[in-house]
Amino acid sequence: MFYREAGQFKTSYATDQQIFPIRQDRIAMAVLLAVAFVAVPLAASPYWLTAILIPFLTFSLAAIGLNILTGYAGQLSLGSAAFMAVGAVAAYNFEARVPGMPLLGSFVLGGLTAAGVGVLFGLPSLRIKGFYLAVATLAAQFFIPWLLVKVSWFSNDSTSGAISTQPLEIAGWLADTPTEKYLLVLTIVAVMALVAKNLIRSATGRAWMAVRDMDVAAEVIGIRIVRTKLTAFAVSSFYCGVAGALYAFANLGSVQPEDFNLDLSFRILFMIIVGGVGSMAGSFLGAAFITLLPIALDLLLTDGAAAIGLALPPGVASMAQLVVFGALIIFFLIVEPHGLARLWQIGKEKARLWPFPY
Amino acid sequence: MKTPWFQRSLAAAAFALAIVGGVATDAVAQQPTQFIGITGYRVGPYGANGAAFFGGFIDYLNLVNERDGGVNGVRLTWEECETEYNNTKGVECYERLKTKVATGPTAIHPMSTGITYAILDKAPVDKIPLITMGYGRTDATDGRVFPWVFPLLSNYWDNATGIVKFIAEKEGGEDKLKGKKLVLLYHDSAYGKEPQPVMEAEAKKLGFELKMIPVPHPGNEQQSQWLQIRQYKPDWVVLWGWGVMNATALQTAQKTGFPREKMVGNWWAGSEVDTQAAGPAATGYYAATLALAGKNYPVVADIEKFVYGRSKGGDAKLVGTVLWNRGMAAAMFTVEAVRKAQEKYGKKPMTGEQVRWGIENLDINAGRLKSLGFNTMLPPVKTSCTDHGGAGVVRFQQWTGTEWKIASDWMNGDRAMVRRMVEESAAKYATEKGIKPACMGS
Repeated sequence: MFYREAGQFKTSYATDQQIFPIRQDRIAMAVLLAVAFVAVPLAASPYWLTAILIPFLTFSLAAIGLNILTGYAGQLSLGSAAFMAVGAVAAYNFEARVPGMPLLGSFVLGGLTAAGVGVLFGLPSLRIKGFYLAVATLAAQFFIPWLLVKVSWFSNDSTSGAISTQPLEIAGWLADTPTEKYLLVLTIVAVMALVAKNLIRSATGRAWMAVRDMDVAAEVIGIRIVRTKLTAFAVSSFYCGVAGALYAFANLGSVQPEDFNLDLSFRILFMIIVGGVGSMAGSFLGAAFITLLPIALDLLLTDGAAAIGLALPPGVASMAQLVVFGALIIFFLIVEPHGLARLWQIGKEKARLWPFPY
Repeated sequence: MKTPWFQRSLAAAAFALAIVGGVATDAVAQQPTQFIGITGYRVGPYGANGAAFFGGFIDYLNLVNERDGGVNGVRLTWEECETEYNNTKGVECYERLKTKVATGPTAIHPMSTGITYAILDKAPVDKIPLITMGYGRTDATDGRVFPWVFPLLSNYWDNATGIVKFIAEKEGGEDKLKGKKLVLLYHDSAYGKEPQPVMEAEAKKLGFELKMIPVPHPGNEQQSQWLQIRQYKPDWVVLWGWGVMNATALQTAQKTGFPREKMVGNWWAGSEVDTQAAGPAATGYYAATLALAGKNYPVVADIEKFVYGRSKGGDAKLVGTVLWNRGMAAAMFTVEAVRKAQEKYGKKPMTGEQVRWGIENLDINAGRLKSLGFNTMLPPVKTSCTDHGGAGVVRFQQWTGTEWKIASDWMNGDRAMVRRMVEESAAKYATEKGIKPACMGS
């Protein structure tokens, strides 16, 4: 009844091609952005900002990166965490070693370094596909953290191999409170998500999808496979690299190569599987699911038990959380293999017909 | 239709929780309490180690409440947040515990070098002291640069130089080390890298050959490393491991025929978790320790009487093990810091800033240790602004096959060299971060 596009006429190509062709969607997006930029900083507690929202946004960006590669270009990768590590360490080194380097410049250069490394590890994709490619990207996942531990130059010869990031200062503005950090991360993520969405709608994105759907056919219609696959690796790694830099600078403050382990790569892969492979909204939904659900379950179990007068022995809540989490992932994969984004889409279709579905 | 099913499942869930939970919470009387935030771990690859440490920690807090009614009448409360030894979760837990009560979480024991690094820059902003007993950032011993971080007792470099001294004593003097061959078998992580600069300095000073062999995480496969060791034929192997790596090293040493009497572990490679897992392969192995193992101390007897006797204890099997005793000692230092701060600021719940002053002015001498019931389990500790460690000594124990036997007195290595390197490293950090080294008053 309310979510219906009847009467919205498109009179130019520009209106027909916009990201949200339905007016209600545009309004919803504007409201969402207003909430994220204005209401959340005013209302959220520091705990929410630092422990929940900043990690969520960071991982959303990494999930967008992996979704570009796996969801849109069809190249399976298990090296996302390694590319995040490259971005984080490179941004740290640019900031530390280049005098007068602006922070955002470091982030961009960190992302570009990650893109370069991503292209390097993407080269095998020209010859191998599917599971075999996943194993090749796994090499990145093992090689890069090893290299970062081995060569102490990367961590500025810190005895422990951990890098301790510089303060977030942009043109004299020091983002040190949770709210400022959140706004900085939110702005970067929002801008980069918009760029990614447009990239996917452009010729580049269409070429990615063509290669994903059938690479031989794509080659026949004149898409250059080498360039398409490598740009997918480059763009994906750039996004992962910036996400890694944000993870280090805004989230942890200090990182070691071991933080970017295979486990993190799997988490990012789960995010896009649960959220929706090949969907922008899916990247955000998946990141929310994977980062927020464990915390929500933990709070629910501990506080829930306390509310009915019980104290869970330490560790039990954490174990129970793993069990519930695993069960939920299996449940989602069986009930909705296309992820949360597909559920969202079904919901929207139903809303369009409501209240007269016949 | 939905409601009855939902209610039924809710009731079932509540029932399951009741069985799992077991213990009912006490109704805490409305009186001032000191809240202690605990970032612990009992699940994951290092869960066994964490369970022992935090078991001892909480048992001691319970003892203070049950036996003394709190610290000067201020009862202790606490909440444990599970980090799984994971840095991201550690930060989440830190943020969650930080704002739980107005006075803050007293002091945080991250029990993970990684989590320590992750919250190192956050703690001064939030005014929460970190106690990193035997781990974390070595150069934080210099309290002028790291006013909020306390590597109490000893740091990694004290440990490494202590091990070299111990080996020298076994060889019959430091001059006898010349030309000897040592292997440092280390966990390939931040933790494993910490001792390297000081070991290299020792090798240069005393003239022994040093070969450093990394073991990748988690370390349950060490054939190639031990093959290298067999070819190299070292006189001693220093084991710098954690978790499953330690037991594997001991078993592989046995397979390759390397005598365990020539292996010395650091204090994270010397607990029952490691040696019992290795079985007979561990017999004869030496390891450093921060707090002696065993139940033969009045404080342990008190815990058995007041805590386990009133069925408020954790896992009774862990009582008296190396890590349980270490956790109990960590809790004792926290409680004593609160007590010290109360002397200055009054008998009420202390804030992070007040506790920080308390930790920086701890003076737990042999007499105080005796009155606390710890006797010789710990060395005397006296902290100051320039020395956030307070002891700098280690002790060695040998595994007999069933228990740890004391193998040395409290000893330290080259303290002057460690101090010089700590100051150099801290000064470098200070320039990097733009910190002006200074002592904090109260």
